[in-house]
Amino acid sequence: MGNPNRVKAESGFMRWVDDRFPATQMWQEHLSQYYAPKNFNVWYFFGSLALLVLVNQILTGVWLTMSYNPSAEGAFASVEYIMRDVEWGWLIRYMHSTGASAFFVVVYLHMFRAMLYGSYKAPRELVWIFGMAIYLALMAEAFMGYLLPWGQMSYWGAQVIISLFSAIPAIGPDLAQWVRGDYLISGITLNRFFALHVVALPIVILALVVLHIIALHEVGSNNPDGIDIKAKKDEAGKPVDGIPFHPYYTVKDIFGVAMFLFVFCAVLFYFPEGGGYFLEKPNFEPANPLKTPDHIAPVWYFTPFYAILRAITFSIFGLDAKFLGVVFMGAAIAVLFVLPWLDRSPVNSMRYKGWISKVMLLLFAISFVILGVLGVLPATDGRTVLAQVCTAIYFAFFLLMPFYTRMEKTKPIPERVTG
Amino acid sequence: MKKQLFALLFALVPFTAMAAGGESVPYSMTPDLHDKASLQRGMQLFVNYCMGCHSLEHQRFARAAEDLDIPQDLIEENLIFSSGLAYNDQMRNAMSTDDGESWFGAPPPDLTLEARLRGTDWIYSYLLTFYRDPERPNGVNNEVFDLVAMPNVLEPLQGVQEKVCAETDRPVHGAELDPLTGKYQSCEVLQVTQPGAMEPDEFEEAVYDLTNFLAYVGEPSKLHAQVLGPKVLIFIFIFGVLAYLLKREYWRDIH
Repeated sequence: MGNPNRVKAESGFMRWVDDRFPATQMWQEHLSQYYAPKNFNVWYFFGSLALLVLVNQILTGVWLTMSYNPSAEGAFASVEYIMRDVEWGWLIRYMHSTGASAFFVVVYLHMFRAMLYGSYKAPRELVWIFGMAIYLALMAEAFMGYLLPWGQMSYWGAQVIISLFSAIPAIGPDLAQWVRGDYLISGITLNRFFALHVVALPIVILALVVLHIIALHEVGSNNPDGIDIKAKKDEAGKPVDGIPFHPYYTVKDIFGVAMFLFVFCAVLFYFPEGGGYFLEKPNFEPANPLKTPDHIAPVWYFTPFYAILRAITFSIFGLDAKFLGVVFMGAAIAVLFVLPWLDRSPVNSMRYKGWISKVMLLLFAISFVILGVLGVLPATDGRTVLAQVCTAIYFAFFLLMPFYTRMEKTKPIPERVTG
Repeated sequence: MKKQLFALLFALVPFTAMAAGGESVPYSMTPDLHDKASLQRGMQLFVNYCMGCHSLEHQRFARAAEDLDIPQDLIEENLIFSSGLAYNDQMRNAMSTDDGESWFGAPPPDLTLEARLRGTDWIYSYLLTFYRDPERPNGVNNEVFDLVAMPNVLEPLQGVQEKVCAETDRPVHGAELDPLTGKYQSCEVLQVTQPGAMEPDEFEEAVYDLTNFLAYVGEPSKLHAQVLGPKVLIFIFIFGVLAYLLKREYWRDIH
């Protein structure tokens, strides 16, 4: 019965299943006989942690939906109802709000790992592109989720971001109105953001996660040395530097989960507001379209891009500064997609790249953090100049990469992984 | 691996440093949610002095009674004045929004989340720094909320506070420190010129209690979080140790 080419259990219930569904085959391909390099370090925890946070967001999100009221009149009060009157509602809500920030923490570290060890390079271009698509969908998901509590910062943050669409020449204002579904952000906008946040985008993200993992398992995982473990195999055809994902990395990742949960729960129980960065203070006041807050700052995970947007204070070729800011902000994310083709280095890992690559990655990381800090602060002349310098470094890291990765002298790569 | 962990921690430093910033206000207080007596006195003050105008729209009498150990009959007899409100209701005020708007220019805001919105230091400073100002419609102004529309409802307790020329230990905006006395000389010093029902120390304690109560109201779940938190963290710690031992056992044969 079934496909005779599949790996199947000998007999019993699993045989019955395997004749109808490739359960054993999938188990082997993705876990018990998926060979991962044995030298993963601490950076390799963040992929499985991202999956853990995704599950957390989905489960807590489902339960929040049971008591949340997606209307301009009732949204704010329903969040407080969840915090006070729903059994364990405060815990579910804080798991979700802290989870949103935790998601970006682990995803940023996961992306940095890829940049550090060249995990985006051939043949893993599609792994990287699917990953970037997840990141993009995640930003949309977080942005729309942030409107739902209907606090002052929810409202005005969304107002600022949606107004960016209106900077697009000709179609801008109509496009912004189409996105809002109203002349200003209203209950209509809230309802459509709710639909996208709880139905459409989670489906997209889940599908992309599946694609990301299938693509990864097709080509195999990279490692801190950036070398191909499949080049050296034993008599049985198994990579000598590879170990089955299960049980070795499942038990290791469980330890990673424990470390992560310790930090996550410490924040959850003792600093759920994250010092005003996970839950911003103005959001404890209901949205008021007639009262603009003194200082509007997006949530911390968007601030590097927000700082790039604000850094563009000049116009070129008759295009106004606001539109150019939007273009630069979009380009800052778009350029990440083509990273696999910008890196022309013969080696993958930063361990064997030349000093220019190392310095550039360091400068890039520092600029990204500085931009993130600048994005939450009100703009001053000095800060704008600093943001412009950091924006220039951000783009230089990518646009000069084809040159410096080819020019520099790399170190010889080892034949076997070094641990 | 250790080096990388340090690098991670280092990368997070700017975020924690930024989180420390904020508006500066003259006084500060640290809420103590375990001081039930203080919270009970705070609730009493709130109901008697604030709730005529301000509501606690999301806070139920019953929940406060339960969390602050106040018997139901005491609440019903002494803290629920309106016949329209029951023990399980939210702490709504008697004033209509329209009246509030026509009397004060804006309806008095709901205070459920005030402590989370402005912070407890702000509320504490605000309540302590009303002073007489004959140019204002209600005869008072405030240090941390300039041109405030709210009258100083706590004046019968505090007494009349005015700006006078005096020496003070506390830093005063725009005043210079006298290096000999270690005090500030200023004509912006707030001083009680006609005593109220309470001594200044007593009044500060009352304002502390009131602010403490608002801190509780802002996040009643904090009491639960503080009980549950240590248990969860200890569990995860033990789980983590076992997970590590399991990992080490499995990885014994990997070289």
